[in-house]
Amino acid sequence: MLTKRIIPCLDVKDGRTVKGVNFVNLRDAGDAVELGAMYAAQGADELVYLDITATVDGRSTFIDLVRRVAQTINIPFTVGGGISSIADVSALLHAGADKVSINSAAVRNPDLINELSLEFGSQCIVVAIDTRYVETENGFEHIVHTHGGRKATEIRSIPWAKEVEERGAGEILLTSMDTDGTKNGFALELTATISGNANIPVIASGGAGNMAHFYDVFTAGKADAGLAASIFHFREIDIPDLKEYLKNKDLPIRMTR
Amino acid sequence: MKTVIIKYNAGNVQSVMYALDRIGASYLYTDDEAEIRSADKVIFPGVGEASTTMSYLRNVGLDKVIPSLKQPVFGTCVGMQLMCRFSEENNTECMGIFDVDVKRFPAASGLKVPHMGWNNITGYQSPLTAGIPDNAYVYFVHSYAAPICDYTIASCDYALPFSAMLHKDNFYAAQFHCEISGNAGQQILENFLKL
Repeated sequence: MLTKRIIPCLDVKDGRTVKGVNFVNLRDAGDAVELGAMYAAQGADELVYLDITATVDGRSTFIDLVRRVAQTINIPFTVGGGISSIADVSALLHAGADKVSINSAAVRNPDLINELSLEFGSQCIVVAIDTRYVETENGFEHIVHTHGGRKATEIRSIPWAKEVEERGAGEILLTSMDTDGTKNGFALELTATISGNANIPVIASGGAGNMAHFYDVFTAGKADAGLAASIFHFREIDIPDLKEYLKNKDLPIRMTR
Repeated sequence: MKTVIIKYNAGNVQSVMYALDRIGASYLYTDDEAEIRSADKVIFPGVGEASTTMSYLRNVGLDKVIPSLKQPVFGTCVGMQLMCRFSEENNTECMGIFDVDVKRFPAASGLKVPHMGWNNITGYQSPLTAGIPDNAYVYFVHSYAAPICDYTIASCDYALPFSAMLHKDNFYAAQFHCEISGNAGQQILENFLKL
């Protein structure tokens, strides 16, 4: 049976993991390759590496990191952050990334989704949607945000999710800026709406604080995968414990131990 | 031992190369017929669409070379589908090594297509799965699949049972991506190289 995926997300700056990480058994917790390998060994189903570097030098460092990750780990991984062209995607895929995630560039130029999926295949094109529930002239609506959730657009998130699928996205990474960082749980209703409408997998992100939140997002939220960062980095949840918990609640989970 | 990865217009095969690096296997990435024929093992990877990849293989003559190979050949993902008789993906006549037709997953099942993620395989019947635990999880990304048939050596279930692996004579194939399927995938690659 197709399993629900658990995905740790690593923010990378200048080739190193940011967000304080607290792993006593790692030689260098800032080493994004070593941290990723450890998550893979613990049973993570995929990894996401987000490049939060803004400089050109940082960019080439990131590509070098992608190459080292691909050489080291034997599970799929997605890379994102600042991707805006066919050339960017080509460089990352050739370095060994399995999928790329685009966000602001897709909002600026939706045709990019079509171009990338034709060039590289839908299966490796993830569209990240950062959404926030805000008051508009029509009352409260889910609105797409860019620039790490700081900048509002005019685009409504629910139809946008359908549009990116029609344009050729292979997967949606849905982050609720309302729940992100709260540890109060994922945005279940919105995730269920978008995943229920979609014929492509939806990765839910934002708000995971405990193991029950993952159960909720896979059941009520209808998500195909759940992504989190700090709760894994700070070892508030260990991936083997989380997977055992979900398995015991009869969800399809890939067990590795 | 000489291992060749067949070069054609398939998508990125970098992860296949890294997977071979991890198990310490050297390889040549080439479309040269003489090099392919002289290899001990041939890997035919694939990410892409059936009709474009098949017409490329026809143009360069690899559609005749591959079925005539005598050494162990291992096709993965689209590589496996191209080794079948026919694919519903843009109604493509394929190489016909495995006499079976590749079909699209039924839309009516309520399941998402592509079938993307980790799913378990069962019913092992070949040395390729030696040492792999029952119901091992491997990573799939595909919208088309070969049904269960005489050549099935491992099966999987998504909407309906389908062939996760095929075998006939010196030809082996896997629908999933061994190169990113954790330890199980790595073991299958190692088993192939040991054939």
